Amino acid sequence: MQVNNEFRPKIVAFCCNWCSYAGADLAGTNRANYPADVKIIRVPCSCRVNPMFILRAFQRGADGVILCGCHPGDCHYTTGNYYARRRMTMLFSMLSYLGIEKGRTRVEWVSAAEGAKFAATMNEFVETITALGENKRLEDLRCKK
Amino acid sequence: MRRIGVFVCHCGTNIAGTVDVKTVAETLGKEPAVVYATDYPYMCSEAGQNIIKDAIKEYKLEGVVVCSCSPRMHEATFRKAVSAAGLNPYLLEVANIREQCSWIHKDMEAGTAKAIVLGRAAIAKVQLNAPLIAGESPVVKRALVIGGGIAGIQTALDIADAGYPVDIVEKEPTIGGKMTQIDKTFPTLDCSSCILTPKMVECAQNENITIYSYSEVEAVTGFVGNFSVKIRRKARFVDENKCTGCGVCTEKCPVKNVPDEYNLGLSNRHAAYIPFAQAIPNVAVLDKNRCIKLTKGKCGLCSTVCSAGAIDYEQKETIVEEKYGAIVAATGYNPIKIDGYDEFAYSQSKDVVTSLEFERILKADGPTDGHLQRLSDGKQPKTIVFVQCVGSRESGSSHGCGKEYCSKICCMYTAKHAMLCREKYPDTDVYVFYIDVRTPGKNYDEFYRRAVEQYGVHYIKGMVGKVAPQADGSLMVQASDLISNEQLHVKADMVVLAAAIEPDKSARPLATMLTASMDTNDFFTEAHAKLRPVESPTAGVFLSGVCQGPKDIPETVAQAGAAASKVIGLLAKDKLSCNPCVAHSNEMMCNGCSSCANVCPYGAITYADKDFSRRQDGSMIRRVASVNEAVCQGCGACTVACPSGAMDLKGFSTSQIMAEVDAICK
Amino acid sequence: MADLKEQVLTASGVNPLKCMRCGKCSGTCPSYDAMEYHPHQFVYMVEKGDIETLMKSESIYKCLSCFACIERCPRDVEPAKLVEAVRLAVIRQQGQNHLKPQQVPEMLDEELPQQAIVSAFRKYSK
Repeated sequence: MQVNNEFRPKIVAFCCNWCSYAGADLAGTNRANYPADVKIIRVPCSCRVNPMFILRAFQRGADGVILCGCHPGDCHYTTGNYYARRRMTMLFSMLSYLGIEKGRTRVEWVSAAEGAKFAATMNEFVETITALGENKRLEDLRCKK
Repeated sequence: MRRIGVFVCHCGTNIAGTVDVKTVAETLGKEPAVVYATDYPYMCSEAGQNIIKDAIKEYKLEGVVVCSCSPRMHEATFRKAVSAAGLNPYLLEVANIREQCSWIHKDMEAGTAKAIVLGRAAIAKVQLNAPLIAGESPVVKRALVIGGGIAGIQTALDIADAGYPVDIVEKEPTIGGKMTQIDKTFPTLDCSSCILTPKMVECAQNENITIYSYSEVEAVTGFVGNFSVKIRRKARFVDENKCTGCGVCTEKCPVKNVPDEYNLGLSNRHAAYIPFAQAIPNVAVLDKNRCIKLTKGKCGLCSTVCSAGAIDYEQKETIVEEKYGAIVAATGYNPIKIDGYDEFAYSQSKDVVTSLEFERILKADGPTDGHLQRLSDGKQPKTIVFVQCVGSRESGSSHGCGKEYCSKICCMYTAKHAMLCREKYPDTDVYVFYIDVRTPGKNYDEFYRRAVEQYGVHYIKGMVGKVAPQADGSLMVQASDLISNEQLHVKADMVVLAAAIEPDKSARPLATMLTASMDTNDFFTEAHAKLRPVESPTAGVFLSGVCQGPKDIPETVAQAGAAASKVIGLLAKDKLSCNPCVAHSNEMMCNGCSSCANVCPYGAITYADKDFSRRQDGSMIRRVASVNEAVCQGCGACTVACPSGAMDLKGFSTSQIMAEVDAICK
Repeated sequence: MADLKEQVLTASGVNPLKCMRCGKCSGTCPSYDAMEYHPHQFVYMVEKGDIETLMKSESIYKCLSCFACIERCPRDVEPAKLVEAVRLAVIRQQGQNHLKPQQVPEMLDEELPQQAIVSAFRKYSK
């Protein structure tokens, strides 16, 4: 991914199956472009995302992690995104304590109808992460070859 | 390490246009676990599927990765193909290289690189996939309908017609609901009772239908196909089997001043009563709060006059327990309380009435025997003002009882009322103050126009600001006329307020029992606003009528039928196959802390003391969680809440997601 | 003009877009017949940005500040606050006062309700 030594961030996006993953699919159907740096992992619900996954991603060299779920009140499982929201609030404040810039993590609500929003969010997020540069603070160098 | 096969789809040029599929297949083919990798123009085609099936057999594949369109599109197709080749269908992963790669990227190099990463993530995940077998649970072939209004009646009749037994639980002493109180129905102006009563009778006579009147749902446990419901049958102090509905007790009862619910308190009934003449079941009830015998131990007159010997002062409420495969909520609505609107003088004047009260006044079995009369002095009103949107479409909190939604039915019933007034009493002046006239529906706008053009109803755009009772008994209505930009003062004899409707109060506790979700207005939420409008998100719970959102009678009946067909579809199955991607608890790690049960939205997690005693360690009994796989919907909230890591989600296990993260970040 | 609209919106804290044009404010207004522009028109004209017309109109002094429109509005729009804000916009322009404060006492009569007097001082004085 390192073209001409230009920095390309590694971004992991967790998307819930019912809203955001479908929203990402819709972004594709509408050919709404966003950078290839974003890789999506499908989870059944945003509440399936263990804060551990996010720490793991940073440890393995991710530069930004975004969690997308259904809008509050619209969760397929009724309350899952509320749990996700609380857990992420806790995690993010801990990450900021550790010195991880606030911009590297994000929670966004994207419905299955919001393809354009998904693409716009990803563009914005990639821009933010690119500006922040490489994540060195949490990366475990032992994981690098 | 498992033997993995990778299949890369071109999707014509949809994928191949921006992703170098050959390179993807070649690169992924070099991954350590991959024993076979190929590409093909259309993987989802018959030929494409055969490539997968043949490869599974030839290369003895233990896991399959298809790089193609979204799993939301063709995961099921590929699972079927994999299964046909003898491999567990859950040993398949789809890498989404179309919607989330080729379609959004223009650069071939970046697209190809991303597709490879997505493929690697899928390979890493499928390594850890467990072969899952969808469980089965039996279906109890009996349905429960909660609420005996037109919605519940129609649903029950349709289910019974298909040959399945169905029970109706109605909290009032009779079924029929709001429709029994209505005089005429729009847009055809046919008499409400005349079309409803036959359906009520049919319910009583249909051998597949059991009516639990004067009963309420007490508790619901279980899950789709296998609900267990406790129904509390309130004591009516009359033996339903003996009572012939002759009505002698209701005439002889000396307590005559109980507000009559059927007439919304506009007239009185006796303490022993039958709600109305066509009640089903046609059985008397003793009002336990007003009956002298039940409150003071004296009287007993009804018992002496009852020739059937049906009166039973000792009757106790009973609990019926029954199993059901499906439950339909049809709890209906009520007009909101409008006492908070001082400006309309509802609580000051008897001649300011709600539309449902007006309906009672117009109906032949109402407090005025169907004569249009003022309730204060019995005179026939010469000027009637109708006010629309009372409590509907309000964002304000000033009154505290307003609703933000449009109640939907008011425009039409007001047009009906206005028309009926002008038809029966042509010398009456009728004003309708409206904000918007909303009449979508077959023959609806024509109906409203008829009220204006044929019946000469004065429709005025503007809201009524104030109703002031005058000394002479009239009502001064002050309103704005927005079109002529004037403030109007109309001296009226009667004012009719189109009060907003709200879900019945019993709906919320019921939703809690059913673990069905509700919106902020206490309407039941449907599983999908467009595509699954009669199903609740909770499997096996269906919605009928206004409990899901404001509806008129035709819409309610249509939805009732739709809910019935969904129920019939469910009951027609002998067994339900469950989603195997559910949570499960590792009993050896579980410490019984209840964290998982606290976050579970479905109540799928239960605890039991389990004996882990081993001979060398002596006795050890621990409390551990277990997941009911038929109830669990697989959201995974519990997996994160579990502090000991005992809870995991099949198909999306912690190790699988970690493997994906690792592959992506590599 | 845009500035004026902005000023009125900020001073009043009212969002005219919440209005559903039911006219209940005008239906309830006791001062309706004395006003050239009625409460519902205030909301609409502020939304359109037509503030100067309102500033020139006598209507802003005819409003009793009884707040019936605010009390009864089903959508919490609060028209009287807009009237007040337009009035303030006039007062803030030096020399544009409709009356001098000294003139107010002469105009008082015993029948006038206390609320109206208080409101008159708010309207007329700077």
